[in-house]
Amino acid sequence: MIDLENVSKTYSAGAPAVNDINLHIDAGEFVFIVGNSGAGKSTLIKLMLKELEPTAGRIVINGKDLKTIKHRKIHLLRRDIGVVFQDFRLLKDRNVYDNVAFAQRVVEVPNRIIRRKVPAVLSMVGLAEKYKSFPKELSGGEQQRVALARALVNNPPILLADEPTGNLDPKNSWEIMNLLEEINNRGTTVIVVTHNKEIVDAMQKRVVTIQKGMVISDEKAGGYLYED
Amino acid sequence: MKIRTWGYSIKQGMINIKRNKLFSLASIATIAICIFLIGLFYSVFVNINHMVEEAEQQISVTVFFKPGITDEEIANLKDQISKRAEVKEVTYTSAEEAWEEFKAVYFGDHMDLAEGFKDDNPLANSASFEITLNDISMQDVLVNYLNSLKDQGIRQVNASENTASTIDTFGKLVAYVSVALIVVLLAVAVFLISNTIAMGITVRREEIGIMKLMGASDLFVRAPFMVEGLIIGLIGAVIPMIVLLVLYNRVVLYIITHFQQVSSFTIFLPVKDVFNILGPLALVIGAGIGLIGSMITIRKHLNV
Ligand SMILES: Nc1ncnc2c1ncn2[C@@H]1O[C@H](COP(=O)(O)OP(=O)(O)O)[C@@H](O)[C@H]1O
Ligand SMILES: [Mg+2]
Repeated sequence: MIDLENVSKTYSAGAPAVNDINLHIDAGEFVFIVGNSGAGKSTLIKLMLKELEPTAGRIVINGKDLKTIKHRKIHLLRRDIGVVFQDFRLLKDRNVYDNVAFAQRVVEVPNRIIRRKVPAVLSMVGLAEKYKSFPKELSGGEQQRVALARALVNNPPILLADEPTGNLDPKNSWEIMNLLEEINNRGTTVIVVTHNKEIVDAMQKRVVTIQKGMVISDEKAGGYLYED
Repeated sequence: MKIRTWGYSIKQGMINIKRNKLFSLASIATIAICIFLIGLFYSVFVNINHMVEEAEQQISVTVFFKPGITDEEIANLKDQISKRAEVKEVTYTSAEEAWEEFKAVYFGDHMDLAEGFKDDNPLANSASFEITLNDISMQDVLVNYLNSLKDQGIRQVNASENTASTIDTFGKLVAYVSVALIVVLLAVAVFLISNTIAMGITVRREEIGIMKLMGASDLFVRAPFMVEGLIIGLIGAVIPMIVLLVLYNRVVLYIITHFQQVSSFTIFLPVKDVFNILGPLALVIGAGIGLIGSMITIRKHLNV
């Protein structure tokens, strides 16, 4: 499903943010990516979305080689991947409902389906009542859940979540993690970048640890290795 | 892109225009002025052309023959003259026909007055060729040629004063000046539209980035800005067309009532004949400017 071969990324100056990473993730897997701040996790996600180009190496997602994919087909790659961005990237001038509906609109889903699907996803992430609120009226945790709803609404085969519990209290964090696990059980490949040691330790999923842009461990059913 | 999506794109395009009223208005105004001038010049130009054509119909060169010329010589001359490229038609009028025509024109109802001349045609020497031209600007060339045929039996060459040629020259001048001015204005219009749309793109930069990461197709991202350009262009075309429609007949009427030289409606084209072509032309130009302006900006600022 996801294949990274010797992938490196160096920003204009300085040390590589991602350094010769090899990673293979099968369809239907649930993978934690952990590592301290600045380790290169978000860069990795941007590479998989072709938001950034790798300096070296090869990335293949769902059979599409990101190097050779035609420019006008990039959007099809992105439709395979739902993303919860670390900084949410919500539209500030639109309310919760419209933010989630937006994800469907841009992939040209009929209105009839949007009207049915958006409320369903919002209630799944526990935001049904706040559908009219604007992002600035929401807490960090609520915004994170809007971002999650938006990533899920098109039922993508792959879900990338960049620190989806970063702003949540333990109870809410567990709710979100249980949700992600449930989505994974329905067949979606789920990749979660997180700092949440308690959850990683408890869930016993595959854990990939990154340090200074390199994979330093890849455990089948492991716990949180790295201590800050 | 699916049809229902265009509804969304059109709505977004209109939001762009509303958000950016000042620039949109400036763009619409420039296009409107530009298309107004195109319409104005076009109206003047087709009317001048029409007048030239009318004048050309009336213009001809008349050739009279030396006394004693034979029918065979006349037929020979007719052949030679007809072969000239600038010549459209050569019509022979015999002395008898000339006299009949003269009588009809000058004696009219009093044909009896002409009876006195009965057997003595006063126009005995006025058999003539009436030569019409394909291109009135060639009149002088033809007259020179005809004068060179004097030893073959031509007595006199009469050419009407060449007003049509003057109108034609004036028409060409109007055309050159207007084309130059219109080209400049079109460039200004394209520039303004592309700037207007660039503003819209700047405002939406974040949204566009998010759209692309969520899998929006290139066309979906571009469509609202294409729609924006198109709407601005079309509004900019419709306004001057309405103004010109209202003005056209009034101006024609004004000219006819205030200038004695111009005596009849028929020298102007009817409004319908002008706008049959001008209307669609204006819409195409407006839409074209709008789309070109937005495409330029999309290429430059929307890296999709
Ligand atoms: N746009 C950028 N330009 C330059 N350097 C960057 C940029 N984004 C991230 N970096 C650097 O790349 C490294 C990895 O960053 P990031 O992938 O965001 O780490 P993480 O998500 O693991 O915290 C960091 O050293 C960071 O400063
Ligand atoms: Mg990060």
